[in-house]
Amino acid sequence: MFAHLSYDVAHLIGATVLMAGFGLLYQRRLQAVLNTFAFQALALAAAAGWQAHVQNAPHLWATAGIALVFKALLVPFALHWLVERLGIHRTVETALSIGWTMIVGVALVALSIMLVLPVTAGAAALTRESLALAMSVVLLGLLMMITRHNAVTQVVGFMALENGLILAAVSAKGMPLVVEISIAFSVLVAMILFGIFFFRIRERFDSLDVQYLETFRGDRQ
Amino acid sequence: MTAILLQFAHILLVVALAPLVTGWVRLVKARLNGRCGPSPFQPYRDLYRLLQKEAVIAHSASWIFRAAPYVTFAAVWLAACIVPTFTTDLLLAPAADLIALVALLGLARFWTALAGMDVGTAFGGLGSSREMLIASLAEPAMLMVTFSLSLLSGSTSAAHIAAFVLSGGIGLSVSLGLALAAMVMVAIAENGRIPIDNPATHLELTMVHEAMVLEYSGRHLAMIEAAGMVRLTLFMALIGCLFMPWGMARPGADLAEIAIGLGAFLGKTFALGTVLALFETSIAKMRVFRYADFLGGALLLALLATIFHYVSEAV
Repeated sequence: MFAHLSYDVAHLIGATVLMAGFGLLYQRRLQAVLNTFAFQALALAAAAGWQAHVQNAPHLWATAGIALVFKALLVPFALHWLVERLGIHRTVETALSIGWTMIVGVALVALSIMLVLPVTAGAAALTRESLALAMSVVLLGLLMMITRHNAVTQVVGFMALENGLILAAVSAKGMPLVVEISIAFSVLVAMILFGIFFFRIRERFDSLDVQYLETFRGDRQ
Repeated sequence: MTAILLQFAHILLVVALAPLVTGWVRLVKARLNGRCGPSPFQPYRDLYRLLQKEAVIAHSASWIFRAAPYVTFAAVWLAACIVPTFTTDLLLAPAADLIALVALLGLARFWTALAGMDVGTAFGGLGSSREMLIASLAEPAMLMVTFSLSLLSGSTSAAHIAAFVLSGGIGLSVSLGLALAAMVMVAIAENGRIPIDNPATHLELTMVHEAMVLEYSGRHLAMIEAAGMVRLTLFMALIGCLFMPWGMARPGADLAEIAIGLGAFLGKTFALGTVLALFETSIAKMRVFRYADFLGGALLLALLATIFHYVSEAV
């Protein structure tokens, strides 16, 4: 009975992370996107904490702490600050129709399930379904990076993708803590680099819409 | 025999309680807005006042306009009769399932929309067209939720699903969580609550339900208002019955268990009303063009619930 319950709770938290991934696709305002991302990171921290409790693995508590402090608090606050500084906090994106994005999102979830279930036929049930969930989160992050024009939301898509990776890692037994910490710090470094990058892009093009980058041909015009 | 008695008690309870539930939501909202707010019993007085008043009918109105309030109220009331509230031991329980419920609510909506267009004013037609837009999006989502629940429990009967959840047949499941989220979104749309429609508005550009019933007065308006209140209680009972049926009395229950079921139902309903008021206070109404995204989201969530059901079957 208890094993069943722990399995179900792990799933429910994983599904919450996935729902937050859909929430990211649904939101169009930058600040709402950032809040949804913070919520996703919070759910991820809960997932890691639950796995630490179930697997009796103390190092997963560190993972949960990293997710909570860095991703649910630090990164969203930094992005909020950046958005305020750049003066784009009222931006409404109308890149691709939200409805179509969501439909593609559901198709991606179905795809990842069809992919993961046959491949991991031998693995434990807990790992298999969590892996399917995590892969869906990764694909949704990729989808967000493709469909959005604004550089900030693309970065959020990247971070969401990374959330999916961590979700996969905590559900599989035995990810070393060193790897975990180095990923967390590289995400932070990436965050700082992105921040500098935002200012550079805006300085150059007076906008954070990356479509301007596509037609840019250097200084040779 | 007890099933008949309980069914009658249920029928009366739903109608008697509905204005209080609406009054409670209004009171909590008023308190959250920093206002004192009317007593939760105010809707009873409003209905009584409307019943006393003369009904004014436009010259261009046909019999549809007169019949619509009664048909709407009857359909919603009948729908409320088949949703178990405090016990699953109801006379109508085996005959009625969730698909019939969707059909009855659709009937009520159809008649309200007809009445909106009957008099031929611009606002009525506008309200009807928007209501139909919402209906065409909300109904598929509601049916999809029904299908995913019936896949989980093996039946489309609300009483059966409640009994199945109570017996621990589902437990904590991802599909159930997703279906709950979808169901809440549909319930918000069906009741015309805030992100979709503002129940308290009289601003022409934003009203949907109010625009349709603008021509009504007196006892007709009382019927329509009462139908709206019963619909709100119905959806709360439905969410309570399908997703958190704890405390519900089952067939063969004694008086004490029925009393517990009644208390649990009241507790759940007022808790849901408080949550609804909190949600409505913290969110702004969305644009008409965003409805499709919102309800499409509900449909996709229900679809995901089905997908994950098959995944857990496969694992």
